[in-house]
Amino acid sequence: MEPKKLVVTASPHIVDQSSTRGLMGHVIIALMPALVASAFIFGFRALLVTGVTVAACVGFEALYCVLMKKPVPVGDLSAVVTGLILAFNLPATIPLWIAVVGAFIAIVVVKQLFGGIGCNFANPALVGRIALFVGFAGRMTAYAFPETDIDVLATATPLVAGKSLSSMDMLFNLAFGIHGGVLGETCSVMLLLGGIYLIVTRTISAAIPVAYLGTVAVLSLVFGQDVVLQLLGGGLLLGAFFMATDYVTSPFTLKGKIVYGIGLGVITCAIRFWGNMAEGVSFSLLIMNLLVPYINDLTRQKPLGGVKSK
Amino acid sequence: MLAKLKRSAEGARVPHHKGTAELATEKMPLPEKIVLPMQQHIGAPCTPAVKKGDTVYVGTVVGTAGGFVSADIHSGVSGTVEAVDSVHMPNGAVVPAVVIKPDGNQTPDPACKPPVVTDAASLVAAARACGLVGLGGAGFPTAVKLSPKNLDQIDTLVINGAECEPYITADNREFLECSDTVMRGVAAVKEYLGIQKVIFGIERNKPEAIDLMFSLTKGDSSYSVQPLDSRYPQGAEKVLIEKTTGREVPRGGLPSDVGVIVMNVTTVSTLGKFLDTGMPLTTKRLTVDGDAVTTAKNVEVIIGTPMQDVLAFCGVKEDMEKLIMGGPMMGTAVFDPSFPVLKQNNALLAFSGKKAHLPAPGPCIRCGRCIAACPLGLSPVEIAGAFTKGDVDGLNRLMVDLCMGCGSCTFVCPAKRPVAQTMSLAKVMQKNGGKK
Repeated sequence: MEPKKLVVTASPHIVDQSSTRGLMGHVIIALMPALVASAFIFGFRALLVTGVTVAACVGFEALYCVLMKKPVPVGDLSAVVTGLILAFNLPATIPLWIAVVGAFIAIVVVKQLFGGIGCNFANPALVGRIALFVGFAGRMTAYAFPETDIDVLATATPLVAGKSLSSMDMLFNLAFGIHGGVLGETCSVMLLLGGIYLIVTRTISAAIPVAYLGTVAVLSLVFGQDVVLQLLGGGLLLGAFFMATDYVTSPFTLKGKIVYGIGLGVITCAIRFWGNMAEGVSFSLLIMNLLVPYINDLTRQKPLGGVKSK
Repeated sequence: MLAKLKRSAEGARVPHHKGTAELATEKMPLPEKIVLPMQQHIGAPCTPAVKKGDTVYVGTVVGTAGGFVSADIHSGVSGTVEAVDSVHMPNGAVVPAVVIKPDGNQTPDPACKPPVVTDAASLVAAARACGLVGLGGAGFPTAVKLSPKNLDQIDTLVINGAECEPYITADNREFLECSDTVMRGVAAVKEYLGIQKVIFGIERNKPEAIDLMFSLTKGDSSYSVQPLDSRYPQGAEKVLIEKTTGREVPRGGLPSDVGVIVMNVTTVSTLGKFLDTGMPLTTKRLTVDGDAVTTAKNVEVIIGTPMQDVLAFCGVKEDMEKLIMGGPMMGTAVFDPSFPVLKQNNALLAFSGKKAHLPAPGPCIRCGRCIAACPLGLSPVEIAGAFTKGDVDGLNRLMVDLCMGCGSCTFVCPAKRPVAQTMSLAKVMQKNGGKK
């Protein structure tokens, strides 16, 4: 055998099949049922808003990286996920240019200016939503059904309006999303389906959603609120399964994830019960996002052999 | 659940690829020459004990131990010393090497007689005379392992038959083909070191070996067989000790600090053979596998045989691009196929095409999978951050020195980052106090 050039690398010499693109792909798949539901509930405009937001996110990411002479990372699909989640946080009636502004804030300001994927201090889609919410409050809460004529339903979220509905109707409406809200948050069944898909494919750990939803349920009971309404109304499911579980802005360890989930639940309930806003998911996420480095510091695992020698 | 809160320690779901588990060991024909580097163990290199033109026999010492932590090296063939040369080890170090041309007779050295063992000291002397080192891959001299300072506090002998690395089935074959010498060696260590309890730790993917050990140890309560989950890295010393005894080896400590000695099954079996025959460690069973190998086999190889001869014996495809001594998780990539088989080798893996190359790394997405996988509960993503910043205090706080380089973090990383390599560099930085 004649000598040939061999490849030399440090061990290990095998790696698993996972990839960043694969994980983001799972999230995209998991968001699809809710997207389909939103198209049924809010009509074609829901798809239009989503398409524009996704295209804007991907476009801004590519443009920024080209201008900055960085490798263009859109192949990892993370901008698509950001676009989808941002769109899910917008009402179907939103003027498209506002959606594009949101995409700019999410991708350029929150993600790329801080160093791109893995370096953002908060969930990009979340900050995009909050910026629009603060800047365009009226339009962000115009929860209308543009292509249906049922103006009756063009009301606030069930967290405001729900108490007037009878309980069976309410449950049905909450489960299938026949109520006002941003376009991706209303159909609880489809969001749950996506969340379960993420857990089964091990894309996310169940710890954060379980701790978050559990805390909200317990606090609702304690303070005499309607548990079902609190869990299924508003953006809680969307937030718990798809936004709180963002890798970069959630803690590393199981202990950290549980602390994070409980913190989210407490703040969400505090805002909903005693704040002057109907909805508390966004701001609780933002606050907890900022606390993640400290949670990581305080919830580190104890290594095997971490005991001092003698 | 509570344990998971303290430490996830999932390990890596590596593929097993144990296709050679059923294959009986084949003996390889004599090579044209053998090359014996003077470093086949952890510790001081050996000094060549022969010179060009000397006649040697099977079992003749050709390299004398260079210190306390060292092990003699013996010739596996009878013949003539062709040269006392030097070789490049796979890690780049240059060490002396004895090259021997076999005469084909395989005459044993008349000096090789079964040792007389009556107590701990003579058992340690026997391990030394055998040139025995940890054969699971680490190559730590067995004589040193068998002489802990606190011998009276050692109450448990753990026999490592986990064999958690993919592909390798050499230890499995040792159980199945050499169970008598396994038991002989275990009994000797148990008796002469005065150890009360022996635990065989074997992964569940070796049911035959588990059954055999159960039947051989039945009726003696001082022996137990502990089937282990087939999850890499069960065979890592500290992990194995925790799984079998529940004890935690302290940072910077040794297994003996918690009253345990861990020996690989092939090591203990080789000791058993030496007690019977007096023939030192000169051959080794290798699992030869990988997609660039035509017929995967378990092969008994004379130590010092060039790897290309072993590959030729099993058949190797033209497009081989990577050659690994050891398992795919912790083994070393070799740059020259003429490099010889060493004592501590237990596998030779040849890969081609895509399998020979690792995917290109992307940016870290901070998913924390490396933390969940780390069998020791370390925090590779944070260690990598501290390393990039040159933060030695951070590295100390994150206890990077505990890392054993098992590679689970790299295996699970979705961004395909070389995490384990960063961990090794961080360990060096921590040791040097800030220099990369």
